Amino acid sequence: MRSRKLVFSLFALLLLAFGALVVSAQDGGAGLTIGFSQVGSESAWRTSFTQAVLAEAEARGINLLFSDGQQRQENQIAALRSFIAQGVDAIILAPVVETGWDEVLQEAADNQIPVVIVDRNVTADPSLYITRVSSDFVHEGRLAGAWLAQATAGQCNIVELQGTVGSSAALDRQQGFNEVIALFSGMQIIQSQSGDFTRTGGKEVMESFLNAVDPSTICAVWAHNDDMLIGAIEAMREAGIDPGQDILTISVDAIPDIFQAMVDGDANATVELSPNMGAPAFDAVVAYLNGEDLPSWIPVAGGIYFPDTAAEELARRTAGS
Amino acid sequence: MPLIPALALIKAQGFRGWEYGQEVIDRSAALTESQENRLPLLQTQKLTKIFGNTHALASVDFNLYAGEIHALLGENGAGKSTLIKLITGVYRKDGGTILLEGKPIEPQSPRDAQTYGISAVYQEINLVPTLSVAENIFLGRQPTRFGFIDMRRVNAQAKALLQTYHLDIDVTRTLSTYSVAIQQIIAIARGVSMSAKVLILDEPTASLDAREVQMLFEVMRSLTARGLGIILITHFLDQVYQISDRITVLRNGEKVSEHLTRELPKRQLISDMLGREFAEIAEAGETATATMSEGAFLHAHGIARKGMLHPFDLNIAKGEIVGLAGLLGSGRTEAAQLLFGIYRSDGGEMMVKGKTITLKSPRDAVRQGFAMCPEDRKVEGIIPELSVRENIIVALQAKQGWFKYLPYAKQEAIAQEMIAALRIVTPDSSSPVSELSGGNQQKVILARWLASQPEFLILDEPTRGIDVGAHAEIINIIKRLCSEGLALLVISSELSEVVDYSNRVVVMRDRQKLTELTGDDINETTVMHAIAEK
Amino acid sequence: MVNTKTSFETETPVSRGNLQRMLRNSRKLLFPLAALILILIGNWLISPNFFNVRIVDGRMLGSIVDIFNRGAPTVILAVGMTLVIATKGIDLSVGAVIAICGAVAAVLIDQTELSPFIVIAISIGAGVLCGLWNGVLVAVFDIQPFIATLILMVVGRGIAQLITAGQIAIFNNPTLEFVGKGVVLGLPFPIILSALVLILVYLMVRRTAIGLLIESVGSNDRASYYAGIDARAIKLFVYVISGVCAAIAGLIITADIRGADANNAGLWLELDAVLAVVIGGTLLTGGRFYLGLSVIGALIIQSIQTGIFVSGLPPTFNLIVQAVVILLILFLQSEEFRRPFTRLFMRMRKQS
Repeated sequence: MRSRKLVFSLFALLLLAFGALVVSAQDGGAGLTIGFSQVGSESAWRTSFTQAVLAEAEARGINLLFSDGQQRQENQIAALRSFIAQGVDAIILAPVVETGWDEVLQEAADNQIPVVIVDRNVTADPSLYITRVSSDFVHEGRLAGAWLAQATAGQCNIVELQGTVGSSAALDRQQGFNEVIALFSGMQIIQSQSGDFTRTGGKEVMESFLNAVDPSTICAVWAHNDDMLIGAIEAMREAGIDPGQDILTISVDAIPDIFQAMVDGDANATVELSPNMGAPAFDAVVAYLNGEDLPSWIPVAGGIYFPDTAAEELARRTAGS
Repeated sequence: MPLIPALALIKAQGFRGWEYGQEVIDRSAALTESQENRLPLLQTQKLTKIFGNTHALASVDFNLYAGEIHALLGENGAGKSTLIKLITGVYRKDGGTILLEGKPIEPQSPRDAQTYGISAVYQEINLVPTLSVAENIFLGRQPTRFGFIDMRRVNAQAKALLQTYHLDIDVTRTLSTYSVAIQQIIAIARGVSMSAKVLILDEPTASLDAREVQMLFEVMRSLTARGLGIILITHFLDQVYQISDRITVLRNGEKVSEHLTRELPKRQLISDMLGREFAEIAEAGETATATMSEGAFLHAHGIARKGMLHPFDLNIAKGEIVGLAGLLGSGRTEAAQLLFGIYRSDGGEMMVKGKTITLKSPRDAVRQGFAMCPEDRKVEGIIPELSVRENIIVALQAKQGWFKYLPYAKQEAIAQEMIAALRIVTPDSSSPVSELSGGNQQKVILARWLASQPEFLILDEPTRGIDVGAHAEIINIIKRLCSEGLALLVISSELSEVVDYSNRVVVMRDRQKLTELTGDDINETTVMHAIAEK
Repeated sequence: MVNTKTSFETETPVSRGNLQRMLRNSRKLLFPLAALILILIGNWLISPNFFNVRIVDGRMLGSIVDIFNRGAPTVILAVGMTLVIATKGIDLSVGAVIAICGAVAAVLIDQTELSPFIVIAISIGAGVLCGLWNGVLVAVFDIQPFIATLILMVVGRGIAQLITAGQIAIFNNPTLEFVGKGVVLGLPFPIILSALVLILVYLMVRRTAIGLLIESVGSNDRASYYAGIDARAIKLFVYVISGVCAAIAGLIITADIRGADANNAGLWLELDAVLAVVIGGTLLTGGRFYLGLSVIGALIIQSIQTGIFVSGLPPTFNLIVQAVVILLILFLQSEEFRRPFTRLFMRMRKQS
C-alpha cells in the first residue's frame, strides 16, 4: 500500500520535472529585439541567471539589450523607459522589489510592448504583463521530500532548517516538502527553526537541535537552502556526528559549495534553484507574438543532484567564475 | 509709580545702581501700616511637608500682600524651594492650608496653580529656546483661525504684550538669540499674561549684569503697581534691600522671622539666616597678607583673540591676588579663558617663570601648574555622575596621565583631606557630587584644583549662587591660599569682595583692560568709577 | 587607634574600593543577574535537559555551552560598545566591521601564503582602522556619533562585498578555524576568547585611569576638557577598542563557518550589542559604565535566543517572544515601573 503511494507520487513528480524540460526544449525568436532589465549582480546565483539568459539569447539569434539595475528600482525603471523609447519587441523584467511598477508597465502596455516578469513577483495589475516566469519553490520542496522518502523508505525523523520567516521561498518549500511527507506515516518533522538562510544561522540552530533531542534519533536534516546546511554540517562535525552518514542531508539551491560538501561526503542531495529562466521567458514572448494563450505563471523547476555527479558539477559551475 | 522706560532709567542712573537702594527704602516707608490689616493675597498657615523622617517644611506661616515684593530668604536647604513647590502644586502638602484671597486652595500641578493665578519663573528659564519669542509666549494657547494657528495674530499680540514691558523686540526671532535678561522678562510676560495674581521669581538675577538687573527690577515694580504680589528668591542681599518690601527668613524648614525690609538691618538678616551672630562671620576673614617676595610667576603680554579680547597684559606673582573687575561682557571671563588655554590666543606671548610657553588646551595649562574654577559650575565644572572623590582627584589624574592611576587609598586620602580642609558637607566621599548643594559643589571644584597642586589659580565668580555661610568660607580659603604662596586671579561681580582681598585690581570694559589699581587706590568707589569712566 | 586605621587601609585599599563600588552597585547588579537566572530557569522548565552537558571528542556540548559559545561575539561587541556608550557615543558600524574583518581574514588566508597569525593581525589591524575612522569623525570633526558610525555601517558591507567579490569567501586553515571552532580544556575557544577580551579590557580601563576618564568625559565632556582631560584622545581610544572588539567577533563568526559572508556576517549585531549594554545598566547618555553587566546583558539576549531554539516554538513567534522578554526586563529595571510593586511589598511587610 505504502510503496504504491510512494511510487505514484514519485512518478507524478518526475512528470512535472519532465514537463519543465519539454518547455525549455523549444526554440525560436530569431531576429527579435528584447530588452532585459536585471536586478544586479549581488550573488553568484544572480550572475549565473544573467549568464543563462545572455547565452540563450545568443543561441536563438535574439538581439538582447541588457541592463544591470545595480539593485536600484529607479535604474530599472529608467532602463524600461529606454527600452520603450527604442521600440523593442518585448521586455523581460527581473524586478528588484514587488511594488511601484504600475506606471512604467502601463507605459509599455500603451506602446503595445509585451512584458514578461521573471524571478521575483510584482504587485501590478496582471493585465499589464503577459506572464510571469519563476522558480517553483513548492516543486523544489516536493522534490526534496520525495527524494528523502525514497532514500529512507518512508521512515525518517527530520529536523528542518527554515529560511527567513515569512519569505515566499521558505513558505513554499516548506509546503511542498510537507505535502510529500504527509503521505508517509513514518516521516515526521521533530524539530523546526529558522536559520535565516545564513550559514551562521544554520549552524546555531543545528547545534540547538543536537542538544534538544538525542542526535541518534535524527535521521535527516532538511534545509531550505544550501548555506544553512553547510552551517549545519559544521555543527554536526563538531558534535561528533558524521553528516551525510549518521544524519542524511537534503537542501535547495545547488551552489558550488554544496557540491564540494558532496565531494567530501558530507551532503547527500541538493535541489537546484534553476537559473535557466531565459528559455521559458523567450518562449513566452514568441508564443505571445504568435497569438497563443499563455498561463499567468510559468514555473521553472530545477533538477536534483547527487554526490555521483558532484565533482563534475563543481568543475562546471566554478569554471565560469 | 509712573512707568519710566527701563533703559532710560538705567541711563539716568549711570552704573550706580547701588545708590538706588536708598530710594527704595524711602519708598517702602511710604507703604501704609494699614496694609498690615489687609487680607493677604496669598497666605500659608502651618504649612508642613515631610520627606521620609525630616520636616522639609514645618508649620510655616507665610503672607504675601498684593502690590508687594516679598523676599523669601534662607540658606540652601532652608525650605524655600519646598515652600514654592507646595504653592505651585509640584508637591502635595502634608499639613496646613494655603489660602488665596482668603479661600483655601489645593493646587494639584503647576498648570493647576496657574489657573488659580500663581505663576513661577525659574532660574533655568523653562521656555523653548528654538521657538520664536511669540510662539513661546502663546505656547499651548495660540489664537487660531479656522483651526489653524493664526501666526499674524500671535505675533501682533506678543509684540503688544512685550511693549507693556517696554521691550520693543522682534518677536518672530528665536528665543535663544536674545540675552538671558530678555528671556527672563519674556518668561515673566508669559506667566503674567496667563492672568497671574502671584508671581514667583526664583533667582531671577543670577545670570544678569547690573544693567539688566535694573531693567528687571523696573519690570517687577510696574507689576506690583498693577497689584500683583511677587515672591522673590535670591542670594543677592544687596538686591533684596534694593527691591523688596518685606522679608521672610526660613531656616531648617522653619520660619525664623518676617519683617518689613526697612525695619531689618542687614546684620540681623544674616544672623537670622545663619542662626549665628554676625560678628562670628565677619571676624573669620582677616585682611590678605600678600607679599610679592617670590617674584613674577606669570607674565602675559598682548594675548588676544579676535571677537573675544583686545590685547591684554597681566603680570602676577606668587602670593599675590589680582582681582579682575568689570561688568558682565567686559572681557574678564574671556581673559581667563585665554590664560587657561581654553581658546588659543591669536597673538602675544606668555611666560611662566621666565620661560615662554604656548597653550593649546587646558591640558597644557594644567601641566604648567595652572588651574581654573570656571564661571558656569554646572556646564564647565561639575562632572555630575562621578562621586565627590572622583571629582576631586580628576584634574590631578588628568595631569598624571592615563597609566599612572592614583591608587584608591591615595584618592581617598586626598578627598578626605579636601573635604575636611574646605568643610565640604557630604555624606561621604563616594556620594555622587550631583547630590550636593551649590556651595558644596563649588567647593568640590575648588578642591579639584587644589588637589592638582597648582601654582596659579584662576577663580571665575567663585562665590556666585552660593549661600552666605559658604560665601564667607570661600573668601577665607582664597586668602589662605594666597598666604601659602599661590598666585591668584579672581573674577567677581561683588566689588566689596574684590576690594577686600585683592593686592591689585585690573578693571576691564569693552573687552580690554582699562586700568590697574594698587595699594590705597583699591576701594569700591575707585573701582566703580574706573568701570563707569568714559 | 591611628595605627589600626592605617594598617587596615594599607592592607586592603584596593579591595575596599571595589567593595564599596560593588555595594553601591549591588542593586544595579541584581536586576540583570536576576533576569539572566530567571530566563535560564525558564529555559530549563521548557526543556528539562537544558543544563545537561555531554562531552564528545573532548568537547563540551549542551545548550548552556551554546549560550556562552554563540553569545561570544555579542559579548565581545558589548564590551567595546560599553566604553563607546560611556562616552555618550554609539558605534553602529560594528556589524559592518565584522563583515570587513572577516572578509579580510578569509580572502587573505585563501589567496595568499601568509601565516595565519599574520592574517589575524592584519584583520585586527583592519578593525583598528575602522575604529580610527569612526573616532576621527567623532572626536576630531565633532560629528554626532550616531551619524558618524552610520556611514561605516552602510558603506562597510559594500567594502566587505568588494573584498569577497560578492561571494561567501570560504577557506581551509586549521589555525584560523581554531578561533571559531577550537576547543581548550573542553570549552569552545570563543568562550575563552570572550572571557579574555573582558578581562583584558577590564584591566585596561579599571587598573589605569582610563575608565575614570571615560566616565568623566561621558558625564560632562566640557568640564572634563576644562579639567585637563584629553577628551579627544579618550574618544579615539574607545572607538578603536570597539573596532578591535568587532574584528575579534568577526574572526570568530568567520572561522565558525569557515567562510566570510559579507551580506550576513554580524547583521544587526550592533543592535544586540547596544541592547546588551542598556540591559546592563549603562545609560545611553554616558557616564558610569558596567562592563560585567553588559556581558550579562549579552548573555541574556543569547539565552532568550537559545531558549527559543530548544523550545520547539514555531519560528514565526521568535521575534515576538524576544521582544516581550526584553521589554519585561527593561520594565523590571525601570524604577517608575517598579514603584507600585515596591510600595505593595512594603505595605505587606508592614502588615505582617
